[in-house]
Amino acid sequence: MSLTVSNLQCTRGDRQLFSGLNLQLNPKQLLFLEGQNGSGKTTLIRTLCSLFIADKGEILWQGQPIKEHLEAYHRALFYLGHLNAIKGDLTTLENLRFNHTMSEQQSSDDELLDALERIGLFGYEDFPTRQLSQGQKRRVALARLLVNKSPLWILDEPFVALDIAAVELLQHIISQHIETGGMAILTTHQAVPLTKGKIQHLNLDDYAAESGMESYV
Amino acid sequence: MFNTFWMILKRDLKLALRRRSEVFTVLFFFIIVVSLFPLGVGFNEAMLQQIAPGVAWIAALLSSMLALERLFANDYVDGTLEQMLLTPQPLSMLVLAKMTAHWLLTGLPLILVAPVVGILYHLAPQTVITLMFMLLLGTPILSMIGAIGAALTLGLRGGGVLISLLILPLYIPVLIYGSSAITESTLQSGNIEPHIMLLSAFLLLSLIFSPWATASALKISLE
Repeated sequence: MSLTVSNLQCTRGDRQLFSGLNLQLNPKQLLFLEGQNGSGKTTLIRTLCSLFIADKGEILWQGQPIKEHLEAYHRALFYLGHLNAIKGDLTTLENLRFNHTMSEQQSSDDELLDALERIGLFGYEDFPTRQLSQGQKRRVALARLLVNKSPLWILDEPFVALDIAAVELLQHIISQHIETGGMAILTTHQAVPLTKGKIQHLNLDDYAAESGMESYV
Repeated sequence: MFNTFWMILKRDLKLALRRRSEVFTVLFFFIIVVSLFPLGVGFNEAMLQQIAPGVAWIAALLSSMLALERLFANDYVDGTLEQMLLTPQPLSMLVLAKMTAHWLLTGLPLILVAPVVGILYHLAPQTVITLMFMLLLGTPILSMIGAIGAALTLGLRGGGVLISLLILPLYIPVLIYGSSAITESTLQSGNIEPHIMLLSAFLLLSLIFSPWATASALKISLE
């Protein structure tokens, strides 16, 4: 199981964000995407999820181009972006159940309730999520991580809006995922201490086009 | 695959039930538009009978359009649509589920209140049944074609106006065959079979192509 990216180039509008980007991610590895604001972290993440089409380059999952094996790739992928993908009119449990089942994963209601309890939403199962705070909404979205069995996690700024306890919990969840043979790609400005597993760093500023931000500095 | 279809359909219906005003807006819009015409043009029975099919259909087109903008917009804003794109299921299946929900919430209620049109416009019971049947054939087409427009204009500023400009011309065949079938049914020598066949063909065609076209449009809009 591995994710390989070779010679990737992305353009947003008229501006080339990065080019010649290579990366390789194997089980038990955690990759941090770094770079200044506007360096294309989110675009890279969306490209890796097949939501954005790159100008050039290839993304391989288990040695096969993801474009041609989208179904298998999507089955292996868990993505959480800036948006929580939860509905204010549905309850916490309904949101978790819908999102979880949509990604073709099976869990009993007990397991889902257990996940909600662990993420700190005990007692909020039957609350419409519009009544929750920003951090609690983020927790509803992150509760999926506890029941998710996909090997590849791609998380865009997962720590935003979380309090200290939740940040620690999420760090724990991620490092557990890595230790049990998972892979994860994160953009964050926050360090995740890992006890085991290998950490990689990729700084997008190194791949920025010549005519990029530097010319303004 | 059908499991996902049910999941989305059930969720959309549940969301609509928790936010009933959106469903009733469409329904009352239809009833109000239909009942304004007799007030405007007078209560001449023969004339009302003559304009009834056209009025009913135009009101149906406009009210179906009313809810189109929201078809994907809510899922787009809160990130659900993005997640749907990343599920292992074919996107066209998910889109079909959303179209079905849209029809159940905006098309079906119109068919059920069609007898009101019959009363307001002095239509014979037989004509009302034809009207309901033609609406049954035609309103799913409105939802399906409309979904393409909704997907194309997703995330654009002023998308609502753009949808109307994009989609209303495509509704014309439905309007022509739908309303002329009803006119035809009131005539003694009338034969509505060709109208039914053409509208059914149009329904099948949109059933095949619109989920696929909508799915492609969504992928472009989300990029």
